[in-house]
Amino acid sequence: MTPATNAWAGRGRPPRAVVGSQISRDEEMFGAAFDRHVIRRFFAYVHPYRRRLYAAIAALLLFTGAQLAIPLIIRHAIDHAIVPAGGDVSLLWLVVLVFFAAILINYGASFAQDWIVSRTGEEVIFDLRRAMFVHLQYVAMAFMDKTEVGRMMSRLQGDVYSLQEFLENSITALGDLVLLFGIVAIMLWLDFQLGLLTLSVVPVLLFVRLIWLPRARAAFRRARETNSIANGALAEGIHAVRTVQGMRREPVNFELYDEKATENLDAHLRSAQYAQVMVPIVDTLTGAAWGVVIVVGGAQVLGDSLDIGVMVAFLFYVQRFFDPIRSLTIQYSVMQRAMASGQRIFEVLDVPLAINDRPDAIAPENVKGRIEFRGVTFGYEKSQPVLKDINFTIEPGETVALVGPTGSGKTSTTALLHRFYDVWEGAILLDGRDVRDYAAAALGKHIAMVLQDPFLFTGTIRENIRFRTTGATDRDVERAARIVGAHDFIMRWPDGYDTMLDQGGGNLSLGQRQLLSFARALVADARVLVLDEATANIDSYTERQIQIGLTALLEGRTGIVIAHRLATVRDVDRIIVLQEGRIVETGTHHELMARKGLYARLYALNYSSFDDLPEDLMEEATSATTRS
Amino acid sequence: MDTKANGAASGNGADPSPEQKVYARAYAGMDIDKDRDATDDLAVLWRIFKLAARQRSRLVLGAVATVIAATFQLMIPQYLGDAVDGAVGLLESGSVSDEAALDYLYGTALMLLGISTLRGLFTLTHNYCGETLGHHLAYRLRMAFYDKLQYLNFSFHDRVHTGELITRGMLDLEGVRSFMNMGVLRVLLFLILVSVGAYRLLSTDLFLGFLSLSFVPFVAWRSTTVRLRLREMWFALQERMGVLGRIMDENLTGIRVVRAFGAEPYELDKYQVASDHALALAERRIRTRVSSTTVMNFAYFAAMGLVLWVGGSRVISGYMTVGTLTEFLTFMTILQQPVRQLGMVVNAFARASTCGSRLFAVLDLEVSIRDREDAKPLEVTGGVLEFEDVSFAYPGEGSPPVLEGVSFRVERGGTLGIVGPPGSGKSTIAHLLPRYYDVTGGRITVDGQDIRDVTLESLRRVVRVVQQDPFLFTSSLENNIAYGDPWADDAAIQGSAGTAQIDGFIDQLPERYETLVGERGVSLSGGQKQRVAIARTAMLRPAVLVLDDSMAAIDAGTEQRIREALGEHTADCATLIVSHRLGALRHADEILFIENGKIVERGTHDELVALRGRYAALFALQTLDGPLQDIVDLAAEAGVRKEAGA
Repeated sequence: MTPATNAWAGRGRPPRAVVGSQISRDEEMFGAAFDRHVIRRFFAYVHPYRRRLYAAIAALLLFTGAQLAIPLIIRHAIDHAIVPAGGDVSLLWLVVLVFFAAILINYGASFAQDWIVSRTGEEVIFDLRRAMFVHLQYVAMAFMDKTEVGRMMSRLQGDVYSLQEFLENSITALGDLVLLFGIVAIMLWLDFQLGLLTLSVVPVLLFVRLIWLPRARAAFRRARETNSIANGALAEGIHAVRTVQGMRREPVNFELYDEKATENLDAHLRSAQYAQVMVPIVDTLTGAAWGVVIVVGGAQVLGDSLDIGVMVAFLFYVQRFFDPIRSLTIQYSVMQRAMASGQRIFEVLDVPLAINDRPDAIAPENVKGRIEFRGVTFGYEKSQPVLKDINFTIEPGETVALVGPTGSGKTSTTALLHRFYDVWEGAILLDGRDVRDYAAAALGKHIAMVLQDPFLFTGTIRENIRFRTTGATDRDVERAARIVGAHDFIMRWPDGYDTMLDQGGGNLSLGQRQLLSFARALVADARVLVLDEATANIDSYTERQIQIGLTALLEGRTGIVIAHRLATVRDVDRIIVLQEGRIVETGTHHELMARKGLYARLYALNYSSFDDLPEDLMEEATSATTRS
Repeated sequence: MDTKANGAASGNGADPSPEQKVYARAYAGMDIDKDRDATDDLAVLWRIFKLAARQRSRLVLGAVATVIAATFQLMIPQYLGDAVDGAVGLLESGSVSDEAALDYLYGTALMLLGISTLRGLFTLTHNYCGETLGHHLAYRLRMAFYDKLQYLNFSFHDRVHTGELITRGMLDLEGVRSFMNMGVLRVLLFLILVSVGAYRLLSTDLFLGFLSLSFVPFVAWRSTTVRLRLREMWFALQERMGVLGRIMDENLTGIRVVRAFGAEPYELDKYQVASDHALALAERRIRTRVSSTTVMNFAYFAAMGLVLWVGGSRVISGYMTVGTLTEFLTFMTILQQPVRQLGMVVNAFARASTCGSRLFAVLDLEVSIRDREDAKPLEVTGGVLEFEDVSFAYPGEGSPPVLEGVSFRVERGGTLGIVGPPGSGKSTIAHLLPRYYDVTGGRITVDGQDIRDVTLESLRRVVRVVQQDPFLFTSSLENNIAYGDPWADDAAIQGSAGTAQIDGFIDQLPERYETLVGERGVSLSGGQKQRVAIARTAMLRPAVLVLDDSMAAIDAGTEQRIREALGEHTADCATLIVSHRLGALRHADEILFIENGKIVERGTHDELVALRGRYAALFALQTLDGPLQDIVDLAAEAGVRKEAGA
């Protein structure tokens, strides 16, 4: 694409625009080709399959041996059996028999080797991916908070393949090495002098490679980099397509993307040049080696000091000789890639599982649902506590609202209850026992949580409501949906509860998604319910629906609600007002109104949600409290 | 749960397990490929070839180089054979001088060196042309794919998972890329080697020639059948990997939900089923590939053994020279590399036709919303927007109607408010205006021109929608604000930031308008994002402005100030406001109350309040006095309390 055809030709300057800016450069790091640490870790995953791999290596040796033997057999045939007019026919029979035995071994061994190695490679990769996935289920929440999903996905989907490639290639490389040494050994054994002479081309090749390698490697790297840049830009384009169409950016984006794609094309062409330039060099050297064999070997044959069969065998071996050298140098970039990927994978696997069950962790069938925070102090960053000495108790069946300005510590309080994080000081007790004494699974069973963002999975509505409570019947699901008021809109779909949800529940409104997540919590039937109310993005209708659902949901359970809406707040048994990580007020709506403290002031501002408060008003209200 | 058994049992005729039913549905969701014909294999390959063949000179050069390289390659066995024969012959006759014999050997050696070098150079040309064709093809497909996705309608993007599209654009593209070099040219090389070699060998010795080539028909038959099987496996595997990827992606995105419910074991089960499912097929694919490759190799070696046996016997009985036999055997070793690579070639064919088919499935999708052939640019004269009896349903069988018989009219400077419960169709009205979706009944006009008769380009310049959930790019704030007009000057950018009331915030940032937002930069709150989106649109001065609940996360006071600032623009345009904050609609010229896709109430704020209907009830709900009692009443009315108590 020439600049003249650009959409911005004649505009005087390039647009204020980029495409594919969301690329993390660190995805493409290149380092050492050999990292002992990575290899050791990786081979721990290969270890369970070691028997198979030993078998594969044995098969590989057999296979290579058969390959090496075939020219030898031919040489033997030519030297001894196939002598013009007067050879030994029975010897020929024998040689042919041996030849067929060799190719049968070759066949069996190559099948065994290839099948075992490829299959094991695949299985190791599935194991490794599973290990990562399992690990991510239990790593510290703090890690998940600051890690982008896309980045994890590229570990799970991309990096594992580099290791698979590495595993498969290292076996092939081993085969290549054996083949190479085998050929060298046989040539030297057949005729030491001729062998040495023939091998004299090798230093030339190595020298050429030495010059070639760094440049070629840079070109290959560039091709990979531009690939990921172009792919990143594509991903951005797909994610942002609605904005793109709304803003009519298609033509400009096309031009910008064309730049990336052209860079990618050029880089690929360049790396193709580097890859191909070795072909004539290797071929010329092969020709030279043949020349040596013919001239020197031929002269020896004439001088009767060499069998003609040896010369034929040499000619064969020379042809096979360069293949392993060629593929071995390619191994380098595979190794390099594998080491970088391995580092990234093990980085994930090394993220500590912050919260482990104690060996004597309890998992009671039932709990009453009494919750106590006792002197809890907690923060995400060292020396920056978010919660300071929090004390409160919630009796079974009571509903408490947490209220306070943004950043006051409401969400942290609930996250702690579920042991997403562990407290710094103090303790959180469920039925009088420290939550750290419970198994994580038990907490998950008895404390249900409804999050601000009602996440839905691909699947039917029914599957989303049932979720992990696999024992729930269809009736349970429907009952829960009725109670929270979701039944009617569900039934409006032709497939009812079997309606497939689009990506992320895109075919539902936010309010409807929220109601489904209520139903999900209801089906889970936990004694304690923690509810992080959705913020302002809710219209009054949904608010009403949700209020009804909420009342139903909380009935007979212990509830903690992070309340944003005043309507919710007035309906609870008790309100805890947080400010900068401390409890400043506690009481019912009327009590707090009578106290004329922070709550009363916030309330008096007459906004339907605390999150709606303009910053200046909020400051006014809080500073007034601090002063008083 | 015995997930292993589940995975293994897939594919046979047994009763589907519940998991399999889930999968059947999950696969059904990816219905882009539903029209795929199992027999379109050759058509897809031909199409890839034609696309690549656009670089005709490269293709011709590549083909010629292939032919020449093959010729040189074929000359090698002859010279090697000559060398051996020469040595043997000279040895036996003993009549020529040593010098002459050495000269002969030198001559042969030099010829071989020359031929090898030439072969290398032409192989380089052949490979390089092949790669060039592949890379250019990949480039063109990449651009076409990107472009297609940019223009595919919202309804497509609603339906198809983004991950699925990214996979196609990345992995399937790679599958097609290697087709020209790994597939087409290598097959050509192989064919030339075999056919020229066949001619030469057959003319030298008919019977032995047949023997040397006896593996060819077998290999040809094998590779055809295996290719088709591999192709099917590639398809299935890609789908299964897609499901696995989606499970992982959703799990990580929804990790808080997973943890909150202690659902890790459940998720791991789900993962395990999908993983085993994919692994089982991956292993089947490997077995197919490995067994076909090795058996083809075996056939080749068996032919070589036959040549050795028969040829050997002939030499012994004096019908043939050792040199001729060497030539036969060397010819066969030349084929060894191609035969070994044949497995890869077959795989490349299978992969290219799978990947190509998956790419073309997207590229061939019709963009249903596009310019008519006789589309004219929209001419804005009076600035009157009209909905005439509009109805709409999302594509797909049995989808319920979203809008029915909606009619209204907004004039330049006028404001229309739209209110209603969630899912009532409010946002749909906003999305129909710029033709993100097309109406299924009635029509929408701007100054009397049906929006389907004008060019999209002109329509979307006139009608601008501010989305509820805007997408911000990992780029500078100014790039984000100037997204719709990348040539805007600083003053325009700052002006619209002022309109959107975000200028104060930006001025506090150390790098002001050049501050990076997103992952590596400043993260913005929901309200700030919405304000950037408003600034983005305000800069474009549309004739029809649609605010689709676009200030929901902005506090009421700021919203008021934005509205006042926007007033300078909106005096000149027709404004539609979808909002749940009734305060924002108070001054609208008309307010529509939508419920279940129909207008149930309409009028000004005062008229609607006086009507004491749904709007009035909603208004009461929002004015904070005694809503608690209302809620309790409404709950009782809905009859859910009783149910809840049960």
